[in-house]
Amino acid sequence: MDLLEFARGPALQAAAYILVLGTIWRFVGIVLLKEKPDYSEPRKSGGFPAALKVIYTRSFTAKPFKAATMYPKMMAYVMHIGLFAVLFLFVPHIMFFKGFLGFDWPGLPNSVIFFFGVAAIVSGVALLVRRLTNPVLRLISNFDDYFSWFVTMLPFVTGLLIPVRMGVRFETLLAIHILSVALLLIWLPFGKLGHTFLVFITRGTTGMVFERRGAKT
Amino acid sequence: MKNRPTVGEILQAKGVSRRGFMKYCATTASILALPPSMIPRIAAAIENARRPSVIWLSFQECTGCTESLTRSASPTVEGLIFDAISLDYHHTLQAAAGDQAEAARHAAMEENDGGYLVLVDGSIPMSNPGYSTIAGISNVDMLKETVAGAAAVVAIGSCAAYGGIPGADPNPTGAVSVSDLVTDKPIVNVPGCPPIPMVMTAVLTQFLTFGALPELDKLGRPLAFYGQTIHDRCSRRPFYEQGRFAETFDDEGAKAGWCLYKLGCKGPITYNACATTKWNSGTSFPIESGHPCLGCSEPNFWDGGGFYEPLSTGKFGSGERLAGAAAAGAALGVAAAAAGRRKQSKFAEEG
Repeated sequence: MDLLEFARGPALQAAAYILVLGTIWRFVGIVLLKEKPDYSEPRKSGGFPAALKVIYTRSFTAKPFKAATMYPKMMAYVMHIGLFAVLFLFVPHIMFFKGFLGFDWPGLPNSVIFFFGVAAIVSGVALLVRRLTNPVLRLISNFDDYFSWFVTMLPFVTGLLIPVRMGVRFETLLAIHILSVALLLIWLPFGKLGHTFLVFITRGTTGMVFERRGAKT
Repeated sequence: MKNRPTVGEILQAKGVSRRGFMKYCATTASILALPPSMIPRIAAAIENARRPSVIWLSFQECTGCTESLTRSASPTVEGLIFDAISLDYHHTLQAAAGDQAEAARHAAMEENDGGYLVLVDGSIPMSNPGYSTIAGISNVDMLKETVAGAAAVVAIGSCAAYGGIPGADPNPTGAVSVSDLVTDKPIVNVPGCPPIPMVMTAVLTQFLTFGALPELDKLGRPLAFYGQTIHDRCSRRPFYEQGRFAETFDDEGAKAGWCLYKLGCKGPITYNACATTKWNSGTSFPIESGHPCLGCSEPNFWDGGGFYEPLSTGKFGSGERLAGAAAAGAALGVAAAAAGRRKQSKFAEEG
């Protein structure tokens, strides 16, 4: 078994099993927790609309915090849009999804995908530099923050190296790329990357609690 | 061997012009990545070379490799060059049969001891020697006996190079490659199903010219031909970059010559010279003719996933195992939530 066969086979399989196990483990563990008792009178009714409202409003920078958060928010947007484009609009990736979804969708030319990939890496590096240079951020950062950044950036870098080649054989670079994706899938449910599937649940919950307490959302 | 005519004399007798011969030498130098200054040396070496003795052994094979070689031969100069070797044993092409054929093999081995080339196509069955025999001799015995006095061995085709289709899962005959059995002789693998005729003749030309075998990659293949992927030199490559793909074999994209990646093309991981030397006297190659590359010059291409599955299709294993992982995750989640609830209650009590 060569490296590519290992990456496409056992490594990807193991990563998929761990991803499914970890995601359901965390999701069920959170959903089944007790709801915190709220002894105060509800100011507003809360409920699902409040959740939707905060999911929407938290997607933008609130005016009072604009100066402080505009830069990281912009960078995060660039990173996430780049991630989305590379992951879902690069044709070989679409074929990967078609393998288990059974359907596909139109993709973008490779040069456009390359641009998105580079933009994602640049914004990712900008966010890391901010984390390292801002004293407060640096103080509250732990292994999870740095490792999550590393496993997110790694597939971008290994993927962009495939067409560049630099004397390394295509199948070796492809295998390394798939292995880097496997590492990302394995880590995804357990660290802060869990926000991939928890982001709207946590944001919605915050929205309902805040609405009930009468906070401006 | 000393009384044999030189290759130059044979070519002259066959009416090959000097221009045609030099053109062949220039092409050979070019595809072997040699400088132009080597062309006269190739010409001189070929012209003055005595025909080297070649013994061709066919084991578990389909004769496609021989077909490939012979179909290309008649009108081309490289075909004549190949005529110009002394093919002393080839049980598909030789007129002799039975004991006479075996006698010819033994005579060639004795006369050219230490200097002949052995070309092998087909894999060798090891589960039971009786699965494939020639003149009552098992393939493994014939291979070992023949290569003992050989200068070098050339494994022609993917079966001889890697085990090929006979070696595909579940490999009922226990098929192995030449390099699995021969460890004390230089071996060149010329894989492909079949290999490109030009590649076979160029390996022989290299041997005639320099008395040595070409530079090889980690799989024992001549780097001059197997140094780049099909994808690297593919005429449809610009469409891959533009994101233009044929969705089916007869859609507008297929007719317009768009990339066949979505139809399962293995060009990006296949090292071969199809896209540059092409087939049928340079007419085209499979991708140009509208079919994805199967990756036939790579080990285990037969077991490497569906021919029409895109290269990036993942292998996630069975749905049952994924369901098992989901169930295990749910159980762990319930246990984690129970522990969390106990902790919540404790905090509430402590107040």
